[in-house]
Amino acid sequence: MEAFTVHTGRAVPLRRSNVDTDQIIPAVWLKQVSRTGFEKGLFAAWREDPSFVLNDPAYAGASILVAGPDFGTGSSREHAVWALQQYGFRAVVAARFGDIFRNNATKMGLLPIQLPEADVERMQGKIEADPAKEFTVDLDRRELRCDDGGVLSFEIDDYTRWRLLEGLDDIGLTLRHADAIASFEQGRSSWLPVTA
Amino acid sequence: MGRTLAEKVYDAHVVRQAEGEPDLLYIDLHLVHEVTSPQAFDGLRMAGRLVRRPDLTIATEDHNVPTTDLLAPIADPVSRVQIETLRKNCAEFGIRLHPMGDAGQGIVHVIGPQLGLTQPGMTVVCGDSHTSTHGAFGALAFGIGTSEVEHVLATQSLPQIRPKTMAITVENTLPYGVTAKDLILAIIARIGTGGGQGHIVEYRGEAIRALSMEGRMTVCNMSIEAGARAGMIAPDETTFAYLEGRPHAPSGAEWEAAKEHWLSLRTDDDATFDREIVIDAAELTPFVTWGTNPGQGVPLAAAVPDPAEFADPAARSAAERALEYMGLTAGTRLRDVAVDTVFVGSCTNGRIEDLRAAADVVKGRRVADGVRMLVVPGSMKVKKQAEQEGLKEVFSAAGAEWREAGCSMCLGMNPDQLKPGERSASTSNRNFEGRQGKGGRTHLVSPAVAAATAVTGRLTAPADL
Repeated sequence: MEAFTVHTGRAVPLRRSNVDTDQIIPAVWLKQVSRTGFEKGLFAAWREDPSFVLNDPAYAGASILVAGPDFGTGSSREHAVWALQQYGFRAVVAARFGDIFRNNATKMGLLPIQLPEADVERMQGKIEADPAKEFTVDLDRRELRCDDGGVLSFEIDDYTRWRLLEGLDDIGLTLRHADAIASFEQGRSSWLPVTA
Repeated sequence: MGRTLAEKVYDAHVVRQAEGEPDLLYIDLHLVHEVTSPQAFDGLRMAGRLVRRPDLTIATEDHNVPTTDLLAPIADPVSRVQIETLRKNCAEFGIRLHPMGDAGQGIVHVIGPQLGLTQPGMTVVCGDSHTSTHGAFGALAFGIGTSEVEHVLATQSLPQIRPKTMAITVENTLPYGVTAKDLILAIIARIGTGGGQGHIVEYRGEAIRALSMEGRMTVCNMSIEAGARAGMIAPDETTFAYLEGRPHAPSGAEWEAAKEHWLSLRTDDDATFDREIVIDAAELTPFVTWGTNPGQGVPLAAAVPDPAEFADPAARSAAERALEYMGLTAGTRLRDVAVDTVFVGSCTNGRIEDLRAAADVVKGRRVADGVRMLVVPGSMKVKKQAEQEGLKEVFSAAGAEWREAGCSMCLGMNPDQLKPGERSASTSNRNFEGRQGKGGRTHLVSPAVAAATAVTGRLTAPADL
């Protein structure tokens, strides 16, 4: 996983609530067996509309997505995270996230930043007023700073923050406890099913 | 202090607990399908890792499979490659697979319970959000992403932060003609698509106890549509009667030992939940969605709501957008909404009881002119059983299409899709924009409402016929 420490970039406002993962990347794109090329499928249906915000040249190259509440609900497809990252996003700001999406994002190094709905809307307003505005996401200090001096604090649990800052692979961390897993397995009930 | 059902199952699976770190949770059963696994197997290969417990892992082909001719090669080359990749990965890593055409093939959440692999008190995961289905047995079951699929393949465990708990108590009994699907749609409309976020929901109360296992699976299946991490129902005699004699269920002395343990899997009287909701089953009627998320639902007898009546600005703009996408006008009676497609199937409503409910309604009737009705059993075993019961003839005589098992039009990864502008009444779980095909419009309904709708061509409850 790519480490996430500090990132500075422009942002794009997505004023829609309940952006489910079927919208982030439609199912037809999930047939690929590789891990790359998903940026083409990002918001594929919505991008066909010339007035969709990602088609606005003012927001080209933005790397922070600022969305409405309940972003990433629905399907567990991690392809949604891959598509956002491969398109160029490093962080997503929203008032609420779907649980599985948030989990998937932190496994891949895409930072989900949860802020109160009013702060998200203010931020969207700022971006719309000046799309060139730059924001700095500082995971170490748990801060989102605007180049106009505004600072917003966000919460993230210590462990996830540490893992993201270090860019650590979860599997490697768990395998340090292989002995604990093996000893747990010794105590499992004999009636539990096996698939073989 | 007592513990909830969810806490008991969670605690019994903690491999390791350390201050400031997530718990490491042991996984009893890992279900795998073709869509969310290829990149996980690639990751194992790149790191030189093996599957730790192939004997606790099982795979099936479901999302991409065509539901017409199983003997012909899959026409879509990309789908075909994905299926072939799963076959290669299962062979390489020693995982049992139920491929297309196999008598055990079916939707991943239909075959687990059917084989008796899903049992009370287990932890079950799958790279699919509808894994919550298995909670109907009192298992802790939740969907994961591909990184976590790789993690479970490699370690048979997952780091987890202890979720909060929520009780949804459904008092009294469901009126005649009101089903588990109507109940869960009403619950989601009440608490919203984010209402369960961060929580494991336990469904309890008289109406839940009265549900069959199929009905309980329908309810738990859609927990994710309310944003919940998982849904659970305490095991009871209904659970045991369903399980007994299934291929992977314990037998003899093991069955007795297991049952004794399973009976302890209930929320203690003095346990507390982080959140509690009470629903009166007696007030419920057949339910239908009008919008583009599963929380946008109303009783079938109601009209399409007016966005101006939503107090929350985000809900108002979402409703405006939804009506535009759905091609609906506020105030239109839902009973006047005409459909051109009816889909009966999916991991929500593709089990034998669902097919029986739909068949009961269409028996001796005809699917309306201009409407196509697809009936897609959730597994090959469900299909066989339905055929033995004569349901295929009932559907065929009514003019419905009887198909092979798979996910089918729930998400249209196979050729079963809506065309732009087409409108369906669907027993599946998601009415998202484009979910059943680009530009398609979906109304979520129960199998009985789907069947009655097929007969009239408009959204209809069986009682209206």
